[in-house]
Amino acid sequence: MNNVLHLAYLVPLFPLLGFLINGLGRKSMSKSLIGIVGSGAILASFIVSVWIFMQVKGGNTFTAEYFNFISADKLTIPFAFKIDQLSSLFLLIITGVGFLIHVYSTSYMHEEKREHFGRYFAYLNLFVFSMLLLVMGGNYVIMFIGWEGVGLCSYLLIGFWFKKPEYNKAANKAFIMNRIGDLAFLIAVFWLIWKTGSVSYDTILPAVKEGTSGLNNTDILVITLLLFVGATGKSAQIPLYTWLPDAMAGPTPVSALIHAATMVTAGIYMIVRSNVLYSLSPVTLNVIAIVGLATALLAATIALKQNDIKKVLAYSTVSQLGYMFLALGTGSYIAAVFHVMTHAFFKALLFLGSGSVIHAMGGEQDIRKMGGLAKYMKITNITFLIGCLAIAGIPGLSGFFSKDEILAGAFMKSPILYGIGLFTALLTAFYMFRLYATTFKGSFRGTHEQEHHLHESPAAITFPLIVLAILSIVGGYVGVPEFIMHGAHSLNDFLAPVIVSVDHGAAHAAGHLSHSEEWMLTGISTALIVIVVVFAWTRFSKKPDTAEPTGFGKILANKWYVDEFYDAAVVRPLNKLGDFLDNMLEKPVIDGLVNGVGKLVNYSSRQLRLLQSGQVGSYVLLMVISMLLIFALQFFLRK
Amino acid sequence: MPINYYIILSIALFCIGIVGVLTRRNAIIIFMCIELMLNAVNLLLVAFSKMHHLAGKAVLETAGTDGQLFVFFIMVVAAAEVSVGLAIIVMMYRNIHSVDVNFLNRLKH
Repeated sequence: MNNVLHLAYLVPLFPLLGFLINGLGRKSMSKSLIGIVGSGAILASFIVSVWIFMQVKGGNTFTAEYFNFISADKLTIPFAFKIDQLSSLFLLIITGVGFLIHVYSTSYMHEEKREHFGRYFAYLNLFVFSMLLLVMGGNYVIMFIGWEGVGLCSYLLIGFWFKKPEYNKAANKAFIMNRIGDLAFLIAVFWLIWKTGSVSYDTILPAVKEGTSGLNNTDILVITLLLFVGATGKSAQIPLYTWLPDAMAGPTPVSALIHAATMVTAGIYMIVRSNVLYSLSPVTLNVIAIVGLATALLAATIALKQNDIKKVLAYSTVSQLGYMFLALGTGSYIAAVFHVMTHAFFKALLFLGSGSVIHAMGGEQDIRKMGGLAKYMKITNITFLIGCLAIAGIPGLSGFFSKDEILAGAFMKSPILYGIGLFTALLTAFYMFRLYATTFKGSFRGTHEQEHHLHESPAAITFPLIVLAILSIVGGYVGVPEFIMHGAHSLNDFLAPVIVSVDHGAAHAAGHLSHSEEWMLTGISTALIVIVVVFAWTRFSKKPDTAEPTGFGKILANKWYVDEFYDAAVVRPLNKLGDFLDNMLEKPVIDGLVNGVGKLVNYSSRQLRLLQSGQVGSYVLLMVISMLLIFALQFFLRK
Repeated sequence: MPINYYIILSIALFCIGIVGVLTRRNAIIIFMCIELMLNAVNLLLVAFSKMHHLAGKAVLETAGTDGQLFVFFIMVVAAAEVSVGLAIIVMMYRNIHSVDVNFLNRLKH
């Protein structure tokens, strides 16, 4: 039976084929064919993923080794896929949400030229392929290949409309920021190879658990911290988060798939995958919790004053990712995975909804020029509202369950973490309903022409919205907390084999909350969130926030001036250094050396050229003299 | 007759050839000087061939005769060379009405 799981390679194979077909045939294939190939490839791997998930649910986990990827001295790195509970769940999220977004894109990108349409789907398929490699890889090297692949696709898709220079800059920013994290990741992998001689999960993780891996506490601390730095790059945490809001330059479906639902959760996947290591390093866990919480709070405050519909969602994504890292830092790995899943549903829904709005508004993204769209776009309105309710954490929707679990975990660790986490949740509810009310309620504030064109989007756009809205509602019921219904947290049971509880780890140090305490916490947070939602809804429906911000609001609207700070602290000094080296080292020394060699050859050949005078007599004379010299030389050497 | 005489004569001829080539500008005279050098070599080959034959004929009937074979080859090649060279000189005279080799340094441009 196990051998059947060898077919797991089909999952990434389909998107790869889709990439090749669309990429090579983009000039000759019709748009509908490109759309069918692109979406069909993802649908096919979704079907295989469902089948794999069923196998795994039946207790059938497996590591499939296909061939030796790298073999050098004692180090052997196999090209292996690890199929277990964690990766099969991520496969479902990636291919499922990915398929919906591909379908959505066939309509959203339809105005592009055929060639660019094909290029778009090729990139999107390549992205899904890389993401699947990242998740399925059976060792850190395969994961790193996917890790780089998704970074590349992210770069290509942010800069998809490459004719606008600022979009290219955003793409560069994302890529460079990610490189910083990638370097740390790579060093961590080298460190693992150096200390353990292996990179396979199956070799390292059980050995770490047994304490026979050869890693001492310092090694584990350094490795986990480096891996976490890698995660801050990919998953947009402080200090490397600033690329994600700029990444909104890409097409909206890309923002939904890459910069909300899948790629940015790679860091969380990686940490959950190595949870054994992290549980042994309480210091790293504390760092993760603090960084995650700080990111969540910072991004939430920035989102309060953003007026670009996608920017609000982008900062909300950063904030939610911070939440997931808070969960990781408090040792509730399952809650983090749970939130990854629910967040993938409702954030993809919100982004696709915003895409539908932008589509209807003819490319307008400023919410101050929208308003009252509920009348014109019924399906988008309802689904967007569901997304907002889910992210705000209204009971009954998916966000409620996952967020509550994270907050409970934070409370167990420290009430301060809980307090800030709850405050962030309130901010989230506030800015999401500011966004919703400003966009969909009140009266229309755009031009007459725009109003004339307002319409509900076609079925290829509304269908994914409806499916994601349903998932945003029911997605939470796989993780109903213990205190509401005993034994209903099926996700917990499902993922339990992957999460290794270490006796002296931080995860279980704080003990468990009693049911009455949990009821109380949930009650408080729910009540506060409902109050905030009602307040924001009524306030921004009547009087939208269109005035230019002043005072503290201006600082928030300018994102705490973090970009300016980075510019002054890192970018400009680096440019200065580059200029300095250019003037002092490059031009005089290196260029001088290279040009000098050229000049020397030039000069000496000009002198030698004079020998070739064309006078036959001088040639013969030279010949005779040289022959005499040779004879003389031979004569003396003979002695 | 001792071999030394042949060698001295040969060197004298060769040097006359070289000096001729170096100092004269008339193509025909240069040509004749080259022939002189070739014949100096021929003379030397024949002289040594004879010497080796006298010394080794008791052991081998044909000892030292290959030097004379070389001479024949050189004469054949020289004859061919003369015909080509003279043809060139004739063409040169037709074109520039001179057989002065220095006149031909225009080739370098």
